[in-house]
Amino acid sequence: MDAIQIAIAERVAEEHRHHGKAQFFWVWGALLVLTAIEVYLTYQNMPAIRMLTYLMGLSLIKAALIIGFFMHLRYEISPMKWLTMSSVVGCLILMTIFFFPDAFRILSLGAK
Amino acid sequence: MAEATVPHDTSAAYEPSLFGTYSKKIGMWLFLLSDSLTFGALLYAYSYGRISLGSSWQTPFHSESIVNATIMTAFLLTSSLTMVFAVRASVHRDAKMQTLWLLATMTCGAGFVVLHGREWSNLIAQGLTLPMFPAVPGHAGNPEFLGVVKSVPQFPATFFTLTGMHMLHVTLGVVYLGVVALRRKFIPVLLVLWLAAWLITPSYSPFHYGAHVLLLAAIVSGVIVWLKPKVYDSSDVEVAGLYWHFVDLVWMFIFPLVYLMSARILPT
Repeated sequence: MDAIQIAIAERVAEEHRHHGKAQFFWVWGALLVLTAIEVYLTYQNMPAIRMLTYLMGLSLIKAALIIGFFMHLRYEISPMKWLTMSSVVGCLILMTIFFFPDAFRILSLGAK
Repeated sequence: MAEATVPHDTSAAYEPSLFGTYSKKIGMWLFLLSDSLTFGALLYAYSYGRISLGSSWQTPFHSESIVNATIMTAFLLTSSLTMVFAVRASVHRDAKMQTLWLLATMTCGAGFVVLHGREWSNLIAQGLTLPMFPAVPGHAGNPEFLGVVKSVPQFPATFFTLTGMHMLHVTLGVVYLGVVALRRKFIPVLLVLWLAAWLITPSYSPFHYGAHVLLLAAIVSGVIVWLKPKVYDSSDVEVAGLYWHFVDLVWMFIFPLVYLMSARILPT
């Protein structure tokens, strides 16, 4: 690595040194609890659409915890946060726009 | 003529990073963004099949599979915690703890792969399989699973592609962490693991051939560590950690979409 890269890496490492262990235990505990809630909801025999909504909501919270704390994005500068997250969310929205209307159309046609 | 020393002000030669971090980390983030689209496409294919087939979609996962997948999830979440501690140890320049936390992460990852492999083997033995997988001798198969394969072939196709792709990512993640933790010493370990996996798994198991991924990984890792030997510093551990957390993140969507949404609920 050249000198500038080493200097940046050292600054990033210095930021990491200030993060306590306790918050990571809290995040880990929260992720385990959310997983347990997901499994509990599975056996509540609710309609598929409602269960899908709950499960995806919980998964998004888990994803935010992993990206924010474990992947450290919470502590990155704004351009890093916004460019990475908005680009991937934008692509996934495009996929949704293209895929799902057709899937629902097939369903309404009574595919067996 | 006397030689003149020209001072180079490197800070003026480069623009400051737009993302405020070092280039290796930006490179890994870009890779992860592209990889998230790969998994996004596979998850969408699975969901598309499910929506378009409506009530014909099967729910073959009994509570045994759900318990197994929940334990696998706990393994991955715990591995993410140990990975965070490995990064912490590396920034505090504690080489011993860094190696130990990385080995703990690898153990959890290997546990995940073993549990997943066991589940795949059970499903295949019971008849939930793909045409490309050899038939398991001496197993007639469970009529329920044989029915799923016949009536909804999209289910095993998308299930094995999605979970297989994720299992491959976890396996390569374990290899990646092994190289960062042990460097050259990991290559013989990897070769022993390959040989063991190849010899222990029966010839009809997809893992008998899948084990060759470890051989390929050993060759590629060997070339890398011999061509560019180095002591991996905190930036390398952090970048490896990003990859590891990503495979954990992807599982947070596969677990509910594939397993929980296809759980067999017994009527009360």
